[in-house]
Amino acid sequence: MTLLRLQQVVCRFHTRGGVLTAVDDVSLDIAKGETFALVGESGCGKSTLATLILKLNPLASGRIVFDGEDIGRLKRQAAKRYRARVQAVFQDPYSSLNPRLKVKTILAEPLLAHGELRRDIAARVERALALVSLPAGAASLYPHEFSGGQRQRIAIARALILEPELIVLDEPISALDVSIRAQILNLLQDLQAELGLTYLLIAHDLALVEHAADRVAVMYLGRIVETAASVELFDNPRHPYTQALLAAVPRPDPQAPRVHGQAQGEVANALAAPPGCRFHPRCPSCMAVCERQAPMLVAVGAGHHSACHLHEGQPAAPAAKSSAGRPE
Amino acid sequence: MLRVQDLKTHLFLKRGVLKAVDGVSFELAAGKTLGLIGESGSGKTMTGLSLLGLPPKPAGRIVGGTVSLDGRELIGLDEKTLADEVRGRQIAMISQDPMTSLNPVFTVGAQVAAPIRAHGLGGDSRRDAAHLAVEELQHVRVPAARQRARDYPHQFSGGMRQRVVAAMAIACRPRLLIADEPTSALDVTIQVQLMDLIERIQAETDAGLLFITHDLGIAARVCHRIAVMYAGRIVEAATAEQLYAEPRHPYTQGLLASVPRLGRRDKRLISIPGNPPDPLALPSGCAFHPRCPHATERCRVEAPPTVMAGDDQVACWLHA
Repeated sequence: MTLLRLQQVVCRFHTRGGVLTAVDDVSLDIAKGETFALVGESGCGKSTLATLILKLNPLASGRIVFDGEDIGRLKRQAAKRYRARVQAVFQDPYSSLNPRLKVKTILAEPLLAHGELRRDIAARVERALALVSLPAGAASLYPHEFSGGQRQRIAIARALILEPELIVLDEPISALDVSIRAQILNLLQDLQAELGLTYLLIAHDLALVEHAADRVAVMYLGRIVETAASVELFDNPRHPYTQALLAAVPRPDPQAPRVHGQAQGEVANALAAPPGCRFHPRCPSCMAVCERQAPMLVAVGAGHHSACHLHEGQPAAPAAKSSAGRPE
Repeated sequence: MLRVQDLKTHLFLKRGVLKAVDGVSFELAAGKTLGLIGESGSGKTMTGLSLLGLPPKPAGRIVGGTVSLDGRELIGLDEKTLADEVRGRQIAMISQDPMTSLNPVFTVGAQVAAPIRAHGLGGDSRRDAAHLAVEELQHVRVPAARQRARDYPHQFSGGMRQRVVAAMAIACRPRLLIADEPTSALDVTIQVQLMDLIERIQAETDAGLLFITHDLGIAARVCHRIAVMYAGRIVEAATAEQLYAEPRHPYTQGLLASVPRLGRRDKRLISIPGNPPDPLALPSGCAFHPRCPHATERCRVEAPPTVMAGDDQVACWLHA
């Protein structure tokens, strides 16, 4: 069942340098209970897309439909209810927690804002702390008394306390020490299984995405260039940008074959995005048509879409998986 | 070329003595790359700063050990000698955030020329130094270097800024290059380009490279040897092949098991329990023992000695 549907979503910012289209015609469906990952490099629009889902920025056009309702048309009470059903965990638990509030106040704030009864709050704070494996005594401490990993547990507890259905995880482990990333990742997995949560995972680390996501969309300069089930995308990446990203992932193995800069140059300035396919100046397979015409997302396999002129004239790939194109 | 023995850098803080670097020893040959891996607070950056004679003022002090570069002892040199002959000349650093290592109010060309002029390598005139600066920018493949030398740091992208910092670092052809998380602020496709650049520079200048990182993937790509730090000490050092194939220390084993890898779709990662220790209140004995699956009574009481196995070293009672 589809929990969240984005239909031709566009978001523009009016800056001094001109109009910046941060999210350009993005459509996607997220099913209840799955982990859907948005990947891409800085400036690709993945975090802006998250702010649209959280109703923190307005859409220029398009629709976002949550559980059958257009979130842009919600009345006051319904909009408030929506904000309880969709929560977020951000990258840096050093800046996402107010240093002057005790943990119990941090966790109680969303409850009070949503009109929960004061007498229930202590019990719910305790339950939320238990869910993230922090002792009840943590409630009366301040954020600075915790390590990075423990702070991220507090941020997760705050996201859970209103019993949401969808949680936006914006780079949830990348600011943490390497030795505790796996703990937080495992915790998020356990919570998802236990509470039936749906995750929108925003990440730049492809190894993490392959590990954690059910489905993936790859973004480049505001557009989705490829989307597929995680297994399919990593076994059979079709878009040259996805292939370049995968090739660039540093592998913790000195014997791994070396790849040298496959994507040439740098990401273009979003204010002066290249015409045609936005990846064409960096693409190793660039053709004349790529400079003029933006490619459409086309089906290249079962549930697998890619936006590249290379796919034109090719029959849609059979649904059966092949491992071609995999550098390992 | 570089030999560090029993280096100790402590920070004297109001709350107590923080032993940021506590008895670190390693060697590095010309043209080779040694990775220093560790988490925040493990002492890897402080080790790099100590080699430059720059422990943070006023709390930081090098309290013991020796650092010899090409046979010359650096610990105990006075500030003037360090500034004139060592920093920027024999040892140069590329740090994580190029925006903070570049001065926003000077052109990039002037900043690349600065070390050349400071060390008297730029010929007689300002113009000669400026000319050399453009050459260095070309060397690190900044496109249209002659024009771009007149631009300011904010006009550059993150990847290009890091190239400028690299140009400054190699301008005087140092013997030792210290790169502290040089690619952490960059996107993966740009990371690859910068790592290619650093390797090429190193091959051309035959400098030794001390590569400080928390990223096991990047270390595997660039390092010949790797030293793993925990709580101010090197817990294990070995060739990259050895370390990734057969890690000896339980901390290294835990780190390698806990990172997600492409193509390995385990349902669950093996995680290291607990949290990195408070550097002002380190556990007794082996600092890793509260998180270690093999910890015994002895680990709680007594710090393990560093045992050599050929060129490799490990500090763990399992191997003592």
